[in-house]
Amino acid sequence: MQYDFQYGWLLNLICYLPLVGALVTIFFFNRSNSRAIKWFAAVITGVDFLISIPLWFLYRTDGAEFQFATKMDWIPSVGAQYIFGVDGFSILLILLTTLLGFISVYSSFTAITDREKEYYIFLLLLQTGMLGVFMALDFILFYVFWEVMLVPMYFLIGVWGGPRRLYAAIKFFLYTLVGSLLMLVGILALYFYNAGGLAAIGLPGLGNAPTFEIPVLYEMAPMLPAGLQFWVFLAFFVGFAIKVPMFPFHTWLPDAHVEAPTAGSVILAGVLLKMGTYGFVRLSMPLLPDATVKAVGWIGVLAVIAIIYGALVAMAQKDMKKLVAYSSVSHMGFIMLGMFALNEPGLRGSILQMLNHGVSTGALFLLVGIVYERRHNRMIAEYGGLAKVMPLYATFFLIITLSSIGLPTLNGFIGEFLILIGAFNHSWVWALFAASGIVLGAAYMLWMYQRVFFGELTNDKNKELADLNLREQWTLIPLIILAFWIGLYPKPFLRMMAPTVDRVLERVAVAMPEDQSPAMELTTIAVVPDDHHEDAEE
Amino acid sequence: MSLSDFAPLIPEIFMAAAGFALLLAGVPLGRRGVRTIIGAAVASLGVTAVLVVLFARPEDGPAAILGDMLVVDQFAVYVKLLVLAFSAVALLMSASYLERAGYGGGEFSSLVLFATIGMFIMASGTNLASLYVGLELMALSVYVLVGYFKLEIKSNEGAVKYFVLGALSSGILLYGISLIYGTTGSLDLETIRLKLTAVPQDNLMLLLGLVLVAFGMLFKVAAVPFHVWTPDAYEGAPTPVTAFMSVGPKAAAFAMFLRLFVITFQPEVDTWRIILWVAAAATMIYGNVVALTQDNVKRMLAYSSIAHAGYALMGLVAASSAGLWSVLMYMLVYGFMNLGAFGVVILLESKGYAGETIDDYSGLAARHPGAAALMLWFMLALAGIPPTAGFMGKLYIFAAAMEGGYVWLTVIAVIMSAVSLYYYFRIVVQMFMKDGIDAEPAALIHDRWTEVMIAVCAVITLLVGIFPGPVVNWAKGGLQALGMG
Repeated sequence: MQYDFQYGWLLNLICYLPLVGALVTIFFFNRSNSRAIKWFAAVITGVDFLISIPLWFLYRTDGAEFQFATKMDWIPSVGAQYIFGVDGFSILLILLTTLLGFISVYSSFTAITDREKEYYIFLLLLQTGMLGVFMALDFILFYVFWEVMLVPMYFLIGVWGGPRRLYAAIKFFLYTLVGSLLMLVGILALYFYNAGGLAAIGLPGLGNAPTFEIPVLYEMAPMLPAGLQFWVFLAFFVGFAIKVPMFPFHTWLPDAHVEAPTAGSVILAGVLLKMGTYGFVRLSMPLLPDATVKAVGWIGVLAVIAIIYGALVAMAQKDMKKLVAYSSVSHMGFIMLGMFALNEPGLRGSILQMLNHGVSTGALFLLVGIVYERRHNRMIAEYGGLAKVMPLYATFFLIITLSSIGLPTLNGFIGEFLILIGAFNHSWVWALFAASGIVLGAAYMLWMYQRVFFGELTNDKNKELADLNLREQWTLIPLIILAFWIGLYPKPFLRMMAPTVDRVLERVAVAMPEDQSPAMELTTIAVVPDDHHEDAEE
Repeated sequence: MSLSDFAPLIPEIFMAAAGFALLLAGVPLGRRGVRTIIGAAVASLGVTAVLVVLFARPEDGPAAILGDMLVVDQFAVYVKLLVLAFSAVALLMSASYLERAGYGGGEFSSLVLFATIGMFIMASGTNLASLYVGLELMALSVYVLVGYFKLEIKSNEGAVKYFVLGALSSGILLYGISLIYGTTGSLDLETIRLKLTAVPQDNLMLLLGLVLVAFGMLFKVAAVPFHVWTPDAYEGAPTPVTAFMSVGPKAAAFAMFLRLFVITFQPEVDTWRIILWVAAAATMIYGNVVALTQDNVKRMLAYSSIAHAGYALMGLVAASSAGLWSVLMYMLVYGFMNLGAFGVVILLESKGYAGETIDDYSGLAARHPGAAALMLWFMLALAGIPPTAGFMGKLYIFAAAMEGGYVWLTVIAVIMSAVSLYYYFRIVVQMFMKDGIDAEPAALIHDRWTEVMIAVCAVITLLVGIFPGPVVNWAKGGLQALGMG
């Protein structure tokens, strides 16, 4: 049983509520009434978060692969359907998206003072686009949301960004567009192989009914010839690797992050980067098992380069936001490494780290944004001794810093630990590099913390800085709660993703040599009992 | 031949009569009554649409008329309704433009009607002679329309360039036709197809004929390297004429192209496919890359329309049923999004040729958020970003090319699509991210007719983008008529 259609309306509601909010804002709000627009956007995203919480409780780990599903004909003549459905993995990302969506709206209240109506319209549209990506189970639908998302993000960077915003915005758009268009070519190749074949290059198809339905295409994955898998994997790889971003496709990221307004950076780091890793787990790995297994080596190399290079470049940064941006490159390399260890702890750690990165890096961007709003300066050298004037801020910053570098009891530790186990299971060389990445990560984060918060308060401009106000505290508190929750009791999160992890590894295992089966002895450390969900009956 | 044989020809006859009536009515009115005449012309286009539907009779199968010169089949009906819609939208957008520029509407609207008749014949011709006559009727009317602003030097320049090069291409086409006639002994498309199927043809004269006909057609759809007339003609022509000639004649030329090559010359597909492959790739690359450097919006849209012809040519290269209907669908999608974009350009042109440079769009979003949002929508559509119809059109074209195995052509197309985003977004950057301080922004005029037409184009691009099913089915219906359904 692949789909469970119960509560299918819920996903649609979650996805389209922000769109409706955007349309209402366009037609019913006067642009001068910025207070009402802000609060309306906050209410819409807040409600969207609240109605996405039931997904967490209603999802049954022993149930159908995709739950809360909707399935309708969309373009029958080509076999495209309107299919929404989620599993534990996508639910986690959806919750992250709705939470960060609310936080980014709420955190923009004073940061954005110009053209507010358009700003909140674009934020809401972006929300619908991102949620759709995590919900769509038809390739065309997936692609539509995947690209729809680019337009509002382009405007958020391009209109409300920093001095080089135009360059950063178009660079972001072009990079990701090239990637996604090549992915489209890959999608079409899969589609035609499943159906009539690609006549002119002499590739006969499987002769199935033409469909873009992702779960149906999963079934034919073992039958795909290795050559086709390689090319499609490459096409997908470009699309996803640019989004992640993996070395050497990462160059758009520092530009986009540094120029984007705070909320844009939060969403970019928290959610948009996860789309790449989501694509790998949802599409590349189960659809192209053979190519995935063969790609492990070189993706591992790229991931290791990203980890070390990102960390070293971060260490050299003078601008706080740039430092956080490069730390993202390093962290995302970590996620890729755990994922392509192709074993259970690695994949679990990788998925958990996607959440952790969203929480920690999202919070770091918020924190940098808070001090930037006060001083309009992000240079580390401008600060020093801030702990004296902003004690609360310093505390929050410390917690998030520690979460980012993976201190035990905080979220980063669990994810990095699992990834290390996975990497070690794959090869000790990977584990060695990954561990050195953690050490470097601790170095650049703590060094920045030291320079900004400790020492003498040398700069006079900083003497009058106000500490966090109530609104700012409340944008950070949910993320800090999450950081502690995942750090102290990750079991519910691991349980949510367990069915996805099992299924993905099962599908990849088809292509694995016998002696490398994903069930490894060390998995017991991170074991999650497959007990049934308590409230399974309805 | 009895009188009832002419029945399926009634739409064309009616439109010709209406065209002459408008021509005569324009004489006493002069520069006055532009809106009345344009209104009447659009009404007669509407009546023609009804007549086309009434005489379509899909249940009877294709009806050959005038001794197999023309055929009324689903394919022709699809193209006819399409060009009628394009002509009507272009006419409605031109009313205020003509008023402001001080030109009369009689000759203008009758020329549009005559061009539309030419397009009808191009869509339904089944004989090389009738196709050529249709093509020339369309082309001659459009030459005059390009030069309609007789006091503007640019308009004259564009018209002369277009006419000279157009005449040359017609000559090439005609020479190709004569060679084909010489080798196959017939002008009738079906007879030619049977001849080509029956005997393997390696006759050099025939090949030369095919190549020359292909060159002639490539000229008409403005494909590289036969595109040189396009930027000058598009820039010089009055903007509503540019809007019109970039969609209607192009759709009709593609219809003729499809019927000639994919159907009639199908047996020789291996000969002409390589020519079209190269032309498609060159057209996409050249059109998109050169558009990057244009500062004049009309020239930029001219290069963009060259690029779009390149995408559509991919469907011909595939030469499959999917290729055919995806081209038909693309013509619809491209037509409405391009008309919409030109509609906004028309609104910006307060007088003469102002409002044509990219700087004129500075800060448009702040002053006219609605117009800026619509222009953004059309730019997204032209770049092929979902959920606009532009994406769906491209998707089907790419899918047809992939199905045929033309993976590298598709890769070129997708990379060029990404390139195209850059120049479309130059306008977007001006509208949304510049404040209009650097340049004196052009004022937006208010004209209800044009505004409504822009809105109609936007709604169609949205609906087809989200629910392309009905249009796809309609386009596919056109194929059954050609025996390729």
